[in-house]
Amino acid sequence: MKKAIITVVGHDTVGIIARVCTYLAENQINILDISQTIVQGYFNMMMIVDRSACEKHFADVATELEELGRQIGVIIKCQREEIFAQMHRI
Amino acid sequence: MINLYEVEETNKMVEQENLDVRTITMGISLLDCVDADLSRCMEKIYDKITTAARNLVKTGDEIAREFGVPIINKRISVTPIALIGSAACKTAEDFAKIAGVLDRAARQVGVNFIGGYSAVVSKGMTAADELLIRSIPMALAGTERVCSSVNVGSTRCGIDMDAVKLMGEIIRETAQRTAAQDSLGCAKLVVFCNAPDDNPFMAGAFHGVTEGDLVINVGVSGPGVVKTAIEKVRGKNFEALCETIKKTAFKVTRVGQLVAKEASERLGVPFGIVDLSLAPTPAVGDSVAEILCEIGLEKVGAPGTTAALALLNDQVKKGGVMASSYVGGLSGAFIPVSEDQGMIDAVNAGALTLEKLEAMTCVCSVGLDMIAIPGDTSAASISGILADEMAIGMVNQKTTAVRLIPVIGKGVGETVEFGGLLGYAPIMPVNPYGCEAFVNRGGRIPAPIHSFKN
Repeated sequence: MKKAIITVVGHDTVGIIARVCTYLAENQINILDISQTIVQGYFNMMMIVDRSACEKHFADVATELEELGRQIGVIIKCQREEIFAQMHRI
Repeated sequence: MINLYEVEETNKMVEQENLDVRTITMGISLLDCVDADLSRCMEKIYDKITTAARNLVKTGDEIAREFGVPIINKRISVTPIALIGSAACKTAEDFAKIAGVLDRAARQVGVNFIGGYSAVVSKGMTAADELLIRSIPMALAGTERVCSSVNVGSTRCGIDMDAVKLMGEIIRETAQRTAAQDSLGCAKLVVFCNAPDDNPFMAGAFHGVTEGDLVINVGVSGPGVVKTAIEKVRGKNFEALCETIKKTAFKVTRVGQLVAKEASERLGVPFGIVDLSLAPTPAVGDSVAEILCEIGLEKVGAPGTTAALALLNDQVKKGGVMASSYVGGLSGAFIPVSEDQGMIDAVNAGALTLEKLEAMTCVCSVGLDMIAIPGDTSAASISGILADEMAIGMVNQKTTAVRLIPVIGKGVGETVEFGGLLGYAPIMPVNPYGCEAFVNRGGRIPAPIHSFKN
């Protein structure tokens, strides 16, 4: 399994999760876990996804999600899971 | 499973605290390019570099994109050119031609610096070593991306004072040759004692002869991350302070380890080392001086500075060493002046002098770095400063280095602007008393007694 972490931060609005999930479904990226909080109208979401079935180059997926974020008006980051696992786990 | 807080912590380090991988440096051995014919030698050098490093920049950019961590520089270090050109070069001009080839190769593959226009002369200079050293001003004035270094001493061999004397003259000549750009050439020239073979940081990087054919070394950086982390233990005791620095250094170094392994795998080049240095930039919040102030100093240079730096340097090493399978290079806290806003402020305030910086180099990872001095400083005085710094390295069995910029046409109180990562610097006064008789003695300083460990 090739895991990635997607984070979405920005003002809450209708359809953020729907738009992100649609993109992921179209690209065969499977969602493993979602956690989400809203603090004072600020939307903060983290997804753990499996990208093994995705045929696109991972750097392109990250760029496209960033662009999708710009369209919705939120900041979307998509990073390989290892960066977090390495830093926070021995 | 990774949680939201951990993800936020990592991303905050990148977005707000300037965490980055400072450099992926590919070490390339040029030993197989040696040839008695200069054009043939130059052709082999160009071909080897442009083949080995053709994907370096692209791969670095891809890794940065996938992990969401900036990789600022992609660079190359090569075998000391004094060795590679020794059979072919009969004059200093011949050596300078090789510098031109290195510059062209660096442009072709898109790296911003290439290090290794170097000579290792800790005990003595061969004819080729001396020719290379004499060609440095010409080489640095005629190229854009080439970096040069000369190792003039070591704990095992002592200090070659003939080379020290010569380097004083060479630094001045380089300053004069690049006077139109505020003596920028000197920012690309380092004099070392105990230079490591695997340093990924410029301007002192070269690919030592102890290394394999190709290697990937990575330098991390994160002064801002350390500064933010220790803000949370303000007023607490040294145990709490040191633990916090160690834990932070561990996290920062893990990023370097991950990037190094990934780059090594993708490029098909063995992973060498991670250099776990705290390397500042002129950006606000990316300063080693700010860490020292957060530890409790009003300004860098105040009493207590050397002790604060000593503990910082040691904790960075202790935290980082467990985070990487191979640690090497310079690994510690860098204290350049022009590249660190907090250091510049301390000099401007009159808190920090050249002499205090010298004391600090006894406990930091390298030495007197990116220090602008008056343009009329004599070659002998520069050699004297070099000798002092080399002696600190030799006796303390550590790497020390000097990167001084005598800014031609400028004096104390003026400022020099280098631009980009090299920053700007106020010109610092040098002790006005002479040392010509000392420098002119010739010969070498013997190795210290504690070098005899056989």
